[in-house]
Amino acid sequence: MKANLSINEKNYAIDVPEAMPLLWAIRDSIGLTGTKFGCGVAQCGACSVLVDGVLMKSCSIPISFGIGKKILTIEGTSENLEFLRKAWHKENVPQCGYCQSGQLIAATALLDQISHPTDQEIDDAMSSNICRCGTYARIKKAIHEAVALKNNQNE
Amino acid sequence: MSNIQKISRRDFVKIFGVTSTGIILGCNISSDKKSFIPSSNGKTFSPNVFIEIQKDGKITLISSRSEMGQGIKTSLTSAIADELEADWRYVSVKQAIGHEKYGNQNTDGSRSVRTILEPMRKMGAAAKMMLISAAATKWTISVSDCKAENHHIINTKTHQKIFYGDLVDAASKVEIPADETIKLKKVADFKYIGKTLKSIDLTDFTHGTAKYGMDIRIPNMKFAAIARCPVTFGTVKSFQSSDAENVPGVEKVVQLDRIIPPVGQFFGALGGVAVIANNTWSAFQGKLSLNIEWNYGENQTFDTEKFKEVLTKRVHEKGKLVPGSKGNVVKAFDNAAKVIEATYHVPFLVHTPMEVPNATAWFQGNKVEVWAPLQDPQTARAEIAHFFEIPIENIIVNVTFLGGGFGRKSKSDFVVEAVALSKKINAPVQVVWTREDDVKNSFYHATSVQYLKGSIDKNGSVSGWLQRLAMPSIVSSFKPMSDYASGFELNQGFTNNPYKIENFRLENAKAEANLRIGWMRSVVHIHSGFANNSFVDELAFAAKKDPVVFHLDLIGEDRIIEGKSNYPYDSKRMKNVLHTTAKLANWGRKLPENHGIGIAVHYSFYSYVATAIEVSVINDKVKVEHIWTTIDCGLVLNKDNVINQLEGAAIFGMSLALFGKITTKEGAVEQNNFYDYQMTRMKDAPKITVKIIDNMNQLPSGVGEPGVPVIAPAICNAIFNAIGQRVRSLPLIDHGLV
Repeated sequence: MKANLSINEKNYAIDVPEAMPLLWAIRDSIGLTGTKFGCGVAQCGACSVLVDGVLMKSCSIPISFGIGKKILTIEGTSENLEFLRKAWHKENVPQCGYCQSGQLIAATALLDQISHPTDQEIDDAMSSNICRCGTYARIKKAIHEAVALKNNQNE
Repeated sequence: MSNIQKISRRDFVKIFGVTSTGIILGCNISSDKKSFIPSSNGKTFSPNVFIEIQKDGKITLISSRSEMGQGIKTSLTSAIADELEADWRYVSVKQAIGHEKYGNQNTDGSRSVRTILEPMRKMGAAAKMMLISAAATKWTISVSDCKAENHHIINTKTHQKIFYGDLVDAASKVEIPADETIKLKKVADFKYIGKTLKSIDLTDFTHGTAKYGMDIRIPNMKFAAIARCPVTFGTVKSFQSSDAENVPGVEKVVQLDRIIPPVGQFFGALGGVAVIANNTWSAFQGKLSLNIEWNYGENQTFDTEKFKEVLTKRVHEKGKLVPGSKGNVVKAFDNAAKVIEATYHVPFLVHTPMEVPNATAWFQGNKVEVWAPLQDPQTARAEIAHFFEIPIENIIVNVTFLGGGFGRKSKSDFVVEAVALSKKINAPVQVVWTREDDVKNSFYHATSVQYLKGSIDKNGSVSGWLQRLAMPSIVSSFKPMSDYASGFELNQGFTNNPYKIENFRLENAKAEANLRIGWMRSVVHIHSGFANNSFVDELAFAAKKDPVVFHLDLIGEDRIIEGKSNYPYDSKRMKNVLHTTAKLANWGRKLPENHGIGIAVHYSFYSYVATAIEVSVINDKVKVEHIWTTIDCGLVLNKDNVINQLEGAAIFGMSLALFGKITTKEGAVEQNNFYDYQMTRMKDAPKITVKIIDNMNQLPSGVGEPGVPVIAPAICNAIFNAIGQRVRSLPLIDHGLV
């Protein structure tokens, strides 16, 4: 199947099996390897991307779902993603780093929806992302920190 | 004689394949590699840690250990920057390939900092002295009138300064200072060590640009998935590949024979049927479309439920007496005021690092190149040389970032698979395990059953302690018929428990291996930490004493026990972490309704850890509310990294306590993926408070693993405290408590 995908404001022409999940088109065809494979069954969130602003587990959605839409991966940028990156640095979040692409994208989706999430809202939004190294406390703190950074800038 | 050597530029080119015009220092560090993997080291001087200072002031160090989230690259950076008085921003870390020139590269056993720190600091200090000497010559002043500060040498009289880079030429000609003249900085003068240096890889981690094994792309490479027999060591009887070959993207299906390791070394590979495709997903799909008939072999009868019963029976009978037992437990039990017994069970566990096992290999006739996330690249290299009869010098093993390791990536079976396939299809190939493969065909953390019997005398003190252990041994993966826990395994909290008990008897019971047995973060300490801390809690309850007071009493008076290592056990440090944690958790306070608190203390990888955990139990469901952990790991290299490791260990320990369980039926693992081998998620994650004991004058000890063994027992003790239910068999989900 020939298709065009718009990822991080850039167009990519691909030719892949029709049933291929979006994750593998992004990683193997296009070569953007920041989006990770963790489970293949939408259980761990390592493959999280935004499709037209909606958080998706790219390992479990077909490519056709992404055609004609704007896809954001960890290689891209958005206002909230940048604040989150700063906060991730400030809190020194990652250990092995592997799941952090997905964590940052999921957190971006959260802040896009809720500008000042509570702890409970963060728990609800982030619990579909597994971190085997166990950096959850730092992720939560960093999300609050990103909100604070954004507020400070907008004051 | 100095252990540090200057590396000639010619040798540098030979070793690294690039030229250097700077100062290059190398030094050799000793190792404490596990004895069951033979050393490939020669006796000649082979420097294994290196620094290079370039004319632009940049400093490169080569990290012989793998980065898997434990922060080694950043820790080494702080060490070198401190002694060299460098600005850490000039420091970069290059990942070493797998090569015996680096000495032991096996990244496990929480030993990287323990073994590399001092030589690293010494090299930094030596380089600093050489830079000072060069500056003094230039200014024609005494070296005592020079000091190093923030990447410059300063003339203390005139306050002139010279940038490090500008001194490199002259300094590279200075003799390396004699070992006895190299002075390391005092603790009070540390600028980076013991402070916090954030991960040097943060930018890559937050932009998706860190390259893990699975991110390796080389021209014309293929992708492969392998169907392996669900029963350990089963073989392919026959297979039908036409459906797989019809999957778009699939190019070829080939059989892979089992690669059996020689006795005493290596991991080999399981073999199976491999699907080669032009992308990962097609390979996965092709694998699902294979029709394979297996010869399941003798492990087909292995059923973990039945095995648990067998082991339980064995630990209730007399076992083999383990050296180190002392006194007379029978007499102690006869004269006791109270005797209690308990049987504990830990199931098989699996590592599930977020990045599945994978390797990219390119077999090119008489040479092989590999790219993989490896904890032990040298064993991988030696395996390739052995199994494929390639001269070792023609094998390059590149180590990528590891998306978690936890012991799984110490085993190089996935590399052997990739090389075998590349040889077969005559093309570079990346073998990727699915998560299901990772759960079903791993090297499992062993199960254990333990029987404990203890007595309390009329004063309420422990007078006798009998412990029987049945646990399949790691050695079974290297030597058939290894049916008893081995000495090095028993030395992880059993023969060397921290208690002062007059009458102590340890017995070892038979436990065959019907799965590949490996090691996982904290290894056998998971078993000893769970049973010992649970049983002490039971004894405290029987003695009607507070668990913390009881535990302190059991650890006994201040004493230092010398062992074979440079790390004697110090009971004072053990009691100190326990005290500190109790204080941190405000032990003894009135708890909210339905809450309970438990404590555990454990000595592992030469570090002392005590953890208190508060849980709530509402409608029979346990919620871990708060974890307080204290560690005494001697000299701390990177403070925030230690805290991060301990926070992570708490979550790792929770995952195994709440959910961790691998079971088999008819020899095959029943679990599949994260939906039935569950992980702690953010909604379950408690508050975690970590305290590091300031003990900077002691040698640094392990950090990555010691935080894990205390978690399960502290949770179980807290549950008992909350609702009076004693959990002796993990995980909690089996008891309906999650």
